[in-house]
Amino acid sequence: MKIMVAIKRVVDYAVKIRVKSDKSGVETLNVKMSMNPFCEIALEEALRIKQSGLASEVVAVSMGPSQCVDTLRTGLAMGADRGIHVESTAALYPLTVAKLLKALVDVEKPGVIILGKQAIDDDCNQTGQMVAGLLGWPQGTFASKVLLDTEKQVATVEREVDDGLETLCLDLPAVITTDLRLNQPRYATLPNIMKAKSKVIKKYTPQELNVEVKSDIEIVEVTEPPKRKAGVIISSVDELIDKLRNEAHVI
Amino acid sequence: ISTLILAEHDGGAIKSQSISAVEAAKSVDKQTSISLLLAGSGPSLQQAAAHAASCHPSISQVLVADSDKFTHPLAETWARLVQLVQQKGGYSHIITASNSFGKNILPRAAALLDVSPITDVIAISSSNQFVRPIYAGNALCTVRYSGNNPCMLSVRSTSFAVSMDSKSNEAPISQVDLSTFNEDSVGKSRYINHTAQVTERPDLGNAQVVITGGRALKSAENFKMIEKLAEKLGAAVGATRAAVDAGFVPNDLQVGQTGKIVAPKLYMAFGVSGAIQHLAGIRDSKVIVAVNKDADAPIFQVADYGLVGDLFEVIPELLEKLPEKK
Repeated sequence: MKIMVAIKRVVDYAVKIRVKSDKSGVETLNVKMSMNPFCEIALEEALRIKQSGLASEVVAVSMGPSQCVDTLRTGLAMGADRGIHVESTAALYPLTVAKLLKALVDVEKPGVIILGKQAIDDDCNQTGQMVAGLLGWPQGTFASKVLLDTEKQVATVEREVDDGLETLCLDLPAVITTDLRLNQPRYATLPNIMKAKSKVIKKYTPQELNVEVKSDIEIVEVTEPPKRKAGVIISSVDELIDKLRNEAHVI
Repeated sequence: ISTLILAEHDGGAIKSQSISAVEAAKSVDKQTSISLLLAGSGPSLQQAAAHAASCHPSISQVLVADSDKFTHPLAETWARLVQLVQQKGGYSHIITASNSFGKNILPRAAALLDVSPITDVIAISSSNQFVRPIYAGNALCTVRYSGNNPCMLSVRSTSFAVSMDSKSNEAPISQVDLSTFNEDSVGKSRYINHTAQVTERPDLGNAQVVITGGRALKSAENFKMIEKLAEKLGAAVGATRAAVDAGFVPNDLQVGQTGKIVAPKLYMAFGVSGAIQHLAGIRDSKVIVAVNKDADAPIFQVADYGLVGDLFEVIPELLEKLPEKK
């Protein structure tokens, strides 16, 4: 069985982002970019499944401008067998990404797709559910534990829900999206980084996959959130209780 | 303009986040007719439908899908249900709460309807223009929906408070005709079980007071101090990712970008450094109190009241000096 993992190139999680002065978006020029942390977890899970002998191949897919190849190389250095880059300079929204992934599923025929539950740039939390819907596959979102049974062709997925944990059993093929506590992603070692350079990255354009890049949403503006007023530092518990009672009136 | 609300119910009652979604529908358009869609099976569904009919004066009808297929709110069957109900009702807007129910179902349903959903909406500027946070709330993005109907939204319940005078006349309840329900996805995913912490404390997402502990608590044993303080203040307990990862408390207490978003009147953080991902979840709190040994901790930049000190001294003192909450 083959596992397909979608990985996204985003502004590194530790970067303090800056809103552009013309309100058109967030500055990404000369900013450190990395693999979306949830996608790292997705890839790690796929690699562990392969190591346990339940999968034969892990294919990493990334979509966007040419620099996505760097992100794919990182994924290959972590251990993915092959990369696929769908090149597009136009903004790709989750619905388009889901359609492109569906088109790639028709070519690659994976048994499982694993994605991060959300990207830390647009915080959409949509793509996995959408590709599952388009394919008519069952979905296990926000996974904190995944158990595959390739004989019975099912995946048992423990999910993080608002009031605890829910366990579902999914028929394969299925889509899984990862939450934070599924695993701890590995670091790429130097020999593996070297090895990754010779691994294959196949390129597609959206046209070749017969997907029209268009969108029914447009970004009107991106602005800074209102700043919180600077507070005060107080010196004792008594003062704190007094302030909360007589100034803020919250206790 | 007509709106369909995808509502969640539990124990025979509509969840409060779903009622917030009704408030959001009112901000889309004051005159909108609002239909509330419920799915499930058995007596608890009928009870929930009765509650739905009278839970908010703006609800014009309650649609009930009653079938064993809907006993558990699975995304596969719900998405098909939304598609079916939309085909019959032709709604201009479909709204649900941005919680684990809505996040799981809405994008799948949107894909079936070939719509880009707009998730995590915090403000509604017009019937097709919405504000949502991006980059963990470090930027706000205004999005215009220009597609064909329906416009599909998930809304943060903390941004759409339910007005208190929500008594209403009974809205009519009708059953969804499931004779043309698309069965292709039925049975492909099966509910196994659900484990939840049973607690008497208020729900994290709706609590007036939230007490949060971070890594500095050092152990699950010490974290009980936070719980004691919460009991005293009638508060909900929250935690940072570090505290959850360290195993002090279960995952459903995590507050932040990928956990719960809270907006209480009073938010008290003990031993919380204030990573941007955590601050994303507390930004809308009215009053933020931070207690931390490290005077340079970023949490102090957003705190209304900061106390530089050892939480192992401050919490016992607070426990002693705070009045008992009745």
